[in-house]
Amino acid sequence: MKIVVCVKQVPDAKDVRLDPKTNTLAREGVESIMNPYDRHALEEAVRLKEKVGGTVVALSMGPPQAGEVLREAVACGADEAVLVSDRAFAGADTWATSYTLARAVRKVGFDLVICGKQAIDGDTAQVGPGLACRLDIPYVTCVRAVTGVDGDKLELQRLMDDGYDELEMPLPGLFTVVREINEPRVPSLKGKMRARKIEITTLSGGDIDADPACLGLAGSPTQVVKVFSPQFNRDKTMICGEVEAQVEELVAVLEKLV
Amino acid sequence: MLKIDTDACTGCGICEDNCAFGAITVEDGQAVAGDNCALCGSCVDLCEAGALSIDKASTGPGTDLSLWSGIWVYTEFRHGRLAPVALELLGAGRRLADDRGVPLTAVLLGHGLETVPETLISHGADRVLVADYPQLAEFTDDAYANVFEDLINRERPEVVLAGATAIGRSFIPRVANKLSAGLTADCTGLEIRKEDGALLQTRPAFGGNIMATIVCPHSRPQMSTVRPLVMKPLPADASRKGEVITAGIDPARLSSRVKVINSVSSESEKSNLQEVDVVVSGGRGLNDEEGFALISELAELLGGGVAASRAAVDSGWIKYSHQVGQTGKTVSPKVYIACGISGAIQHVIGMQASDTVIAINRDENAPIFDIATYGLVGDVFEILPRVIARLRRD
Ligand SMILES: Cc1cc2nc3c(=O)[nH]c(=O)nc-3n(C[C@H](O)[C@H](O)[C@H](O)COP(=O)(O)OP(=O)(O)OC[C@H]3O[C@@H](n4cnc5c(N)ncnc54)[C@H](O)[C@@H]3O)c2cc1C
Ligand SMILES: Cc1cc2nc3c(=O)[nH]c(=O)nc-3n(C[C@H](O)[C@H](O)[C@H](O)COP(=O)(O)OP(=O)(O)OC[C@H]3O[C@@H](n4cnc5c(N)ncnc54)[C@H](O)[C@@H]3O)c2cc1C
Repeated sequence: MKIVVCVKQVPDAKDVRLDPKTNTLAREGVESIMNPYDRHALEEAVRLKEKVGGTVVALSMGPPQAGEVLREAVACGADEAVLVSDRAFAGADTWATSYTLARAVRKVGFDLVICGKQAIDGDTAQVGPGLACRLDIPYVTCVRAVTGVDGDKLELQRLMDDGYDELEMPLPGLFTVVREINEPRVPSLKGKMRARKIEITTLSGGDIDADPACLGLAGSPTQVVKVFSPQFNRDKTMICGEVEAQVEELVAVLEKLV
Repeated sequence: MLKIDTDACTGCGICEDNCAFGAITVEDGQAVAGDNCALCGSCVDLCEAGALSIDKASTGPGTDLSLWSGIWVYTEFRHGRLAPVALELLGAGRRLADDRGVPLTAVLLGHGLETVPETLISHGADRVLVADYPQLAEFTDDAYANVFEDLINRERPEVVLAGATAIGRSFIPRVANKLSAGLTADCTGLEIRKEDGALLQTRPAFGGNIMATIVCPHSRPQMSTVRPLVMKPLPADASRKGEVITAGIDPARLSSRVKVINSVSSESEKSNLQEVDVVVSGGRGLNDEEGFALISELAELLGGGVAASRAAVDSGWIKYSHQVGQTGKTVSPKVYIACGISGAIQHVIGMQASDTVIAINRDENAPIFDIATYGLVGDVFEILPRVIARLRRD
């Protein structure tokens, strides 16, 4: 089975905080990391490969430095790495990203595509379904377990708001994963060595025969017109004094409200 | 590309400090944008010298915008139950439809829908488009997306809203992709722009650290998934009149490549947090499982639900289904009581819509106080047992 795993390089969100004084993002040495959900996508691909044989291709669209997450993917078990990179891709929304990834995935070839549920920067969770739609293959989002593999179909559990669904998906197909699906392994020494040496295949817009009108900012139906910090305006009352007085006042407030 | 006016740029570094993507560096007294610039635009407004700009004159896949009219809401129905977000969207959709002077249509897909259309009309819909088929009894992306796509192509609404639920976030992207329409994810704000009637869609991104307003200037419909519990439903009004329309669907469009074998409703995925008036929430400040029991005790006395920060969940004091925040639940009770919670943005994003927030924290500088209606600086282990004792006595 040929499995393509889509991995995105993202800034590490936990380092980012609001500066209360300027109400802007205060970024202290934010590191770039592999999107956490994509680690689980990769792990599931490697487990499937170990079960039924095949190859795992890690594929990322991004600037040249996204090669770092591809090397990390190889260290964690991917066999091949493909970087889809072109200045023309900058500013792509999920529509243009899905278009570009689909052209690249087709070029690489696949039986199964695995994505993370969402990327922790854009946070849209739209690229998985969009990519499947572009490839004209069935898909399942938010998969929490792969319960069966059988030649040309997969048995999957999809996390729902009120429980889960047990599904059967024919191949070729695509699914996106939630974090509970598995515990990603740490890179092996051998993996790390392979990662250092691996030749990353780089594909440009021309290499995937992309229509320039569908790429980047120009090809994106959504446009960001404003970015601002979240604001929470409330009239605040501080309840001060000794503990006993605080408790009395709090209980009075609660009795009024509840 | 991000344009940097090299004459205007003073090399002050504000953009470098604030770029969430780490894409800007100041070299030789000049800002330089790297390849990983996401064109998010946050630096443009911050630049005091006005040296930064983004060329937004995109061509986009053009369409004749005047052919598209009306506001549509996907009213999610599953396993005999209307999702609460359906009524919230009707509330929001009603406001947009009135602003635009167009009708509000609810789209209802499923099986055994009987009296649901009347409920939707009483909550604000002018029209209800109903597709009631056995093949739609269980949710599948293929069938739901095909049917919705066909209906949109038939009637050409200008705006399509759906809940940002497991179902909405799964099949709506497929519909948008088929229609080459822009789709904004997980919106918390929707407004009509006065000048041109465009839909301004505001959403948190970057784990809630930033808010972005998004428009779809060239494509129709303008599509959004909307975060549950943010919009307010209208009270039911049984005297409201509306039209119920049965939509004929090509049977070939009702089949699905993915088969649903079984649908398991599990109690552990559920919590009543979204239905109660009072939520008592605990964080790392409760120290351990025993400390956290104070939260459950207070919640029980107030007839409320128990919630937690991720720190408390990760420590194993309470199950994940009680986590509030970016990666947990969104709640908006009448009263939210945050105990020993610092107020990280990822937590706040899940409870900011609460009517009243009461915060108890021993650190007077904790960010939770910035969003509190009532703040108590103090030790939870001194305050909570006394409050519990007082409430017991009454
Ligand atoms: C502030 C802000 C708000 C935005 N809001 C929207 C919006 O509402 N609608 C919209 O259409 N676009 C939006 N975008 C653009 C969007 O972030 C980009 O299109 C991005 O390339 C993909 O979206 P995502 O990060 O949300 O990915 P998701 O859809 O959340 O990612 C899901 C999975 O897809 C795969 N994947 C995603 N991107 C890549 C990649 N580059 N390479 C390899 N695999 C990948 C990964 O497996 C990932 O886990 C926004 C951008 C910004 C900066
Ligand atoms: C991508 C991402 C997603 C996330 N999603 C979520 C999410 O969904 N929900 C969520 O909650 N977090 C989430 N987080 C984590 C979030 O950033 C914070 O780390 C977390 O909310 C902190 O929990 P806390 O407030 O309980 O702990 P802390 O930040 O450690 O705060 C504990 C507070 O308790 C106070 N305190 C300590 N002892 C006492 C005492 N005896 N009496 C009174 N006060 C006391 C302290 O002053 C402190 O303010 C996410 C993070 C990331 C990066």
